[in-house]
Amino acid sequence: MAAVALGAAVTGASFGAISVGSGLPWWLPVLMSVAIFAGGSQFMAVGIVAAGGSPAAAVLAGLVLNARHLPFGLAIGDVLGRSPLARIVGSHLLIDESTAFAMVQKDPARARAAYWACGVALFFSWNAGVLVGALAGQAIGDPSTFGLDAAFPAAMLALTLPALKDAATRNAALVGAVIALATTPFLPAGVPVLLALAGLLVFKTKKEEPCPSPQS
Amino acid sequence: MPVAAVLILAAGTFAIRFAGPLLRDRVTLPKKVNELMTASATVLLLALVAVSALTNGKQFGGWALAIGVLVGGLAAWRKLPFVAVIVLAAATTAGLRLVGVA
Repeated sequence: MAAVALGAAVTGASFGAISVGSGLPWWLPVLMSVAIFAGGSQFMAVGIVAAGGSPAAAVLAGLVLNARHLPFGLAIGDVLGRSPLARIVGSHLLIDESTAFAMVQKDPARARAAYWACGVALFFSWNAGVLVGALAGQAIGDPSTFGLDAAFPAAMLALTLPALKDAATRNAALVGAVIALATTPFLPAGVPVLLALAGLLVFKTKKEEPCPSPQS
Repeated sequence: MPVAAVLILAAGTFAIRFAGPLLRDRVTLPKKVNELMTASATVLLLALVAVSALTNGKQFGGWALAIGVLVGGLAAWRKLPFVAVIVLAAATTAGLRLVGVA
């Protein structure tokens, strides 16, 4: 878990530095990290706005990105605890990592301990990393001189790579990327990324047929 | 990135997270919906990678940018640490610009 927390701090520092490099004041990535606490959507929102997209497109894309947290909560919702405060605070700590740590524990008490330990550790390491990165990022001048415009997509690519191992997801994502690239010259920034969701039309879920079909 | 946009995204994200524990006794999502939600996250991220690596928001963004992101992608594929991915991508693009590649 310490390795995961350290990884979050480093990713957070990158987010802080790159955001400030793209022109945001130092406190905005810090506010985002405390209030949103979902790295992928934070990179996404800042990336869209940095590319000239509207804040509305950034918010919409971020929300679609975070919709995956709904099934997480449905799956592990009872490990948060039953009191209203535990549910409210625990919900804010619902991220990919805390869900994964809770799901590998069979005993409910240990699952709860793992969920909270991971969530709290990552909340602090992520936000500490973002703060350090944002303050350090102020020392950087023109972002294009230092290639910071390349750091952004590279960071998101690194976050996306593990999910692309799945062939169905990869195909949908590639079709989506082509749609986004093809429409970029004609549409306002941010819109092509949302249009990429049409790539999901080629997404095929794994077959779970109730009765075997003759041709298979 | 206006503060209002940050707060709306934060409130919406919290609502999504809070809905799961709240509704879990009453709602079960079909497997297909689950998988679509997970896949849509990847579709959005890769699309943003493609647009921000290859364009400046309107047209081709230049070789220095594209090659820098490619180097970062290779580093991530070779399982280098996250910070190495970012530094390699940025350094490649900055280096190419320094020697005059647009």
